[in-house]
Amino acid sequence: MLEQMEGSQAVATAIALARPQVICAYPITPQTHIVEGLGEMVKSGELKGCEFINVESEFAALSVAIGASAAGARTYTATSSQGLLFMAEAVYNAAGLELPIVMTIGNRAIGAPINIWNDHSDSMALRDAGWIQLFADTNQEALDLHIQAFRLAEDLSCPVMVCMDGFILTHAYERVDLPAQAEVDAFLPPYEPRQVLDPAQPVTIGAMVGPDAFTEVRYLAHHRQLSALEKIPEVAAAFKARFGRASGGLLRGYRMEGAETVVIALGSVNGTVQDVIDEMRADGMAIGSLAIGTFRPFPLAALRAALAGAKRVLVLEKCLAAGVGGIVTDDVRRALAGEQVRINTVIGGLGGRAITRESLRRVFADACAARLERLSFLDLDTGVVERELARERAARRSGPTAEAVLRQLGAPGSRLG
Amino acid sequence: MIQQTIKFYQTGTFTVGNRLLDESQRSVQANMERTNSLNSGHRACQGCGEALGARYAIDAAMRATGNRLIAVNATGCLEVFSTPYPESSWQIPWIHSLFGNAAAVASGIAAALRMRGQDDVRVIAQGGDGGTTDIGFGCLSGMFERNDDVLYLCYDNEAYMNTGVQRSSATPPTARTATTMAVGDEPGNPFGTGKNVPLIAMAHHIPYVATATVANLRDLEAKVTKAMALRGARYIHIHVPCPLGWGSDPALTIRIARLAVESGLFPLFEAAHGELTSRTFIRRRVPAAEYLRLQKRFAHLFTAGAEAQLARVQAIADRNIERFGLLAPESAS
Ligand SMILES: Cc1ncc(C[n+]2csc(CCOP(=O)(O)OP(=O)(O)O)c2C)c(N)n1
Ligand code: SF4
Ligand SMILES: [Mg+2]
Repeated sequence: MLEQMEGSQAVATAIALARPQVICAYPITPQTHIVEGLGEMVKSGELKGCEFINVESEFAALSVAIGASAAGARTYTATSSQGLLFMAEAVYNAAGLELPIVMTIGNRAIGAPINIWNDHSDSMALRDAGWIQLFADTNQEALDLHIQAFRLAEDLSCPVMVCMDGFILTHAYERVDLPAQAEVDAFLPPYEPRQVLDPAQPVTIGAMVGPDAFTEVRYLAHHRQLSALEKIPEVAAAFKARFGRASGGLLRGYRMEGAETVVIALGSVNGTVQDVIDEMRADGMAIGSLAIGTFRPFPLAALRAALAGAKRVLVLEKCLAAGVGGIVTDDVRRALAGEQVRINTVIGGLGGRAITRESLRRVFADACAARLERLSFLDLDTGVVERELARERAARRSGPTAEAVLRQLGAPGSRLG
Repeated sequence: MIQQTIKFYQTGTFTVGNRLLDESQRSVQANMERTNSLNSGHRACQGCGEALGARYAIDAAMRATGNRLIAVNATGCLEVFSTPYPESSWQIPWIHSLFGNAAAVASGIAAALRMRGQDDVRVIAQGGDGGTTDIGFGCLSGMFERNDDVLYLCYDNEAYMNTGVQRSSATPPTARTATTMAVGDEPGNPFGTGKNVPLIAMAHHIPYVATATVANLRDLEAKVTKAMALRGARYIHIHVPCPLGWGSDPALTIRIARLAVESGLFPLFEAAHGELTSRTFIRRRVPAAEYLRLQKRFAHLFTAGAEAQLARVQAIADRNIERFGLLAPESAS
């Protein structure tokens, strides 16, 4: 059924269709509308057989989810940014305990300076916690990925994060195709836990494991992630067969035929990237793009194969490893080990800075012409940076940087996307 | 239940002699059918009060629930000594997640059980004083405030034992720990610090709060049994001596726990919905020094010049006795 709705509402509807039994959450922008929507569905009786728990922190939200999942309930939570970091210890724990919890990340920057707008710093900070990480390009895909996520999580007994860009997707109204309950039920069988706390068959979960077995336990976690690389395309294919549209999977190529320059990106910016590629293709440039749909596990082999004909790769990243550069780039480089491919990193969209077609077109053209530096920052105001550096050199007690930069710029909110 | 009035005169101990009681009133631990939920073979130190407390409490809860019980454990001595995998002492479904989230994990289990139509299965969360009064306090308060259907058991040995005896917010004034050394002008843990979590639990107006001790097995079992008959958030704070951390003789664990009660330093009481409903009278009042002297962590109180510090500890005991009315009316004079 086609409907015009907010991204958050589309996700809430998808979660409800998946028949969760326990939902718990703590509010943080831009995740709020998702859980508010679900809270209302539970309270009104529209979503039956589900308990919604308002907890006192994100650490508690994921901890309640851990308990609920270990006791055999299909469990969901959602968070963003500071909230994800606040629950970090439990994020690792849920994966270590092999609990198939599904969590939406409404991607948002991490402070300080505090910033509620979109980038990917939050998901990236916990990329190696043992969760599967799927990134949505559109609201339709966010909806579809959540339905796939429960099946993946429960098949593998591994938690899944579905990452969607804060505001850009969570708050955007778009047309989405809502699946029918019967179709979702047919796609997603009831949760049958691999391990469950049950007095009829008492088990100990979460015991102490020493040097004698820890390596093997960790290896098996790695093995499970590798098997997810096969499972994810399978689930995406099953989804397509039932619902008639392609969603999810490892990588999504766009105009890759004969592409010499390939842009790699995650999330909603792929829409803008594809528009620019259309323009440049019309001008005769051999450029295409790859959206990374699955960031963890990282599809090394699939990416290497997809980039077989490429001469140059431009990784457009909404995150930064300060003192290093790109985060996604490291994995791309690993995929291309031994290949003669030039890799450029462009950091853009930090803290909600708009990524415009114009700016992308400029850096893509520079990349095609091999004029782009290995690491660059999209639309960086070097004037501001130089003046601030000079000010810091001039006075020992120069004060906090963020506030000084704002003072230079004057008008608040002048560069929002 | 019919109560049989019996006076026990076992020299020095006041231990309840089950032989004198009617079969139906004997303790859970005395019963052949007890579940041994925390089975022998674990790696607690000799004389560990926490191991005893957990054993008594969980067996009593098993009896009360017809063995339909799940336990969550915070990180700490109890968790570590009971589950060096592949060995586990637990005969019941048991999960350890993190140090500070036992109460929240238990809330999640209770919710899942409700949604799965298994609400005859009951949930206990348990942790040490550090996991309860410090790092797990947020989750604990949240569980209380939502009145989730969980009994939380705090095994209070008054410090972070598992990491080597560091101070917690349950460490009493003057106690020496690895982070409150017995040096300087005010040796040991400073006065005027710490918090009383049973009273804070009461301030949440939850259905049941109690304090208990390994020195009074029957009272502990009765409180757990009572708690399991209720629904909603419940809290029992159990005083459990730690020979290693306290520098006490493992053979004296029960006696030391009893002296804490008899001196007034650890009052035994119950509360329902925020109101005090019972207290256990002190049977033979003793000076605080009798309790303190048996523990090396208080050794500095018995050196020349420490009289004022000792007197301040005695004043805390006196204040408790007055505040909770711990002397029976006939012996109040
Ligand atoms: C987040 C976190 N911080 C610190 C620790 C280290 N730690 C493990 S057990 C423990 C002490 C436990 O003390 P308590 O809760 O009083 O239990 P006890 O061992 O005394 O029974 C500490 C500090 C941890 N495991 N996790
Ligand atoms: S250190 Fe203390 S609490 Fe830990 S096992 Fe030993 S006696 Fe028990
Ligand atoms: Mg302790």
